[in-house]
Amino acid sequence: MTVADVLLLALGAVAVGAGFLVVTSAHLVRSGLYLVVSLGAIAGLYLVLGAELVAWVQILVYVGAVVVLLLFAVMLTRAPIGPSPDLDRPAVPAVLVGGGAGLGLAALFADAFRWVRYPAPEPGTAERVGEQIFGAWVLPFEVLSILLLSALVGAIVLSRPDIGARTPAVAEEHEAVAEQNKAVAEEHGQEV
Amino acid sequence: MPLWLDLLIRVAAVLAGFLVLPLVVGQAEHKVMAHMQGRVGPMYAGAFHGWAQLIADGVKFVQKEDITPHDADRTVFRLAPIVALFPYLVVVMTIPIGPGLVAQSLDIGLFLVLAVLGIGVVAVLMSAWASANKYSLLGGVRGAAQLLGYELPLVLAAASVAMAAGTLSLPGIVEAWQPWWLIWQAPAGLVFFIAGLAEIRRPPFDMPIADSELVFGYMTEYTGLRFAFFLLAEYVGIVVIAALTTVLFLGGWHGPMEDQLGWLWTLLKIGALSFVIIWLRVTFPRMREDQLQRLCWLVLVPVALAQLVLTVAVKALT
Repeated sequence: MTVADVLLLALGAVAVGAGFLVVTSAHLVRSGLYLVVSLGAIAGLYLVLGAELVAWVQILVYVGAVVVLLLFAVMLTRAPIGPSPDLDRPAVPAVLVGGGAGLGLAALFADAFRWVRYPAPEPGTAERVGEQIFGAWVLPFEVLSILLLSALVGAIVLSRPDIGARTPAVAEEHEAVAEQNKAVAEEHGQEV
Repeated sequence: MPLWLDLLIRVAAVLAGFLVLPLVVGQAEHKVMAHMQGRVGPMYAGAFHGWAQLIADGVKFVQKEDITPHDADRTVFRLAPIVALFPYLVVVMTIPIGPGLVAQSLDIGLFLVLAVLGIGVVAVLMSAWASANKYSLLGGVRGAAQLLGYELPLVLAAASVAMAAGTLSLPGIVEAWQPWWLIWQAPAGLVFFIAGLAEIRRPPFDMPIADSELVFGYMTEYTGLRFAFFLLAEYVGIVVIAALTTVLFLGGWHGPMEDQLGWLWTLLKIGALSFVIIWLRVTFPRMREDQLQRLCWLVLVPVALAQLVLTVAVKALT
């Protein structure tokens, strides 16, 4: 075994172990922090495999994503210190689905590559990744970016009722609020 | 030179810089603030102008009792200061001081720096939540919103200079730098510096700490050495932001006699920018939360995007 093999195994163990803790821990915020560890270990795997750029992108993107996830966990629950068993769900169906999918994929993967030895590709430098994305794969890349852009715009429209589609109930609510504001303003005017 | 000796020298140099430069900046902050506010400040520790005051502060921090609040999540609470400090150590490793004078030259150093700086927000949330204190949590949520928001103009401004230089390596960017970039990349430089200030939560962007309303934000419950770690992280943050602005936008080691004195030019520029950061703290009142977000999304992000367009246009024409 080379150093790279040992590192791959160790990082893989960290990633899987932390991932296991993410789903089993009853501490709500802690499981989000385990997710940081797990995704960081996966970034380490990319580094060992020579894909430097992908590794740093992984950290840049997923740390931000996990922080947003943690914010939602803090805002939508009481986020107490210590376990919160009231937020747990029965584990059996999730174990069946997740374990089945993971084992099935692992079996497929092992079977497909069992007898084939591939030469190690060149390291994934920024230059090479850039050439590939903006050369051979430019069309899928642009289509994906348009998809992401439309998702962004859609999220903004959905989260802001003042610019989104108006259902009658929302419109009435708006008018009621406006009237209330007007009344309050008039009251203040009289006091002054 | 054998490999281990080379490695040892590099590690020692990084650690020395990591420990010495923040202390120098901290001492400079004491003195500069004192003079700008027309007071003398601590003058007696040591002999000359109270130079040993920071060492005395350090001794004080070590002596203090290490308190963890009763209701706190102990592990996360204790881990947070280390997570806050660690990213800066990694960043210091990749900053080039002179021609060929860098602890670890990387092909995509800029990407590493931006990615690793983003980890700081996890430390803020960890300390905020684990303290089991509502002021801490409020400060942490403010901090998370601020850090996530300002990361965008920071990355966009850095992308502009990387496109101009045609490389993601920090020494490569300094080598490609030309004096007229001072004008061409000026908007990106300003955006980067301001967003960097917000990333290290220095005044006027210290809303997450806001001592007049949140006690001390996410650091409220920390004492002794752990608090000192947060303070050290803040001062290393000043050095790191000043150094990155120097390397990306002010030409790093470029200057007269750069082959011999390159390191001196870099350090001088870092020192000057650190002085500006201290100066801003004394000059401006704290920004309100809505003003802070408005500045980020309505001023810095559009300016950074416009700079990207400008960079591409000039790059395509020349």
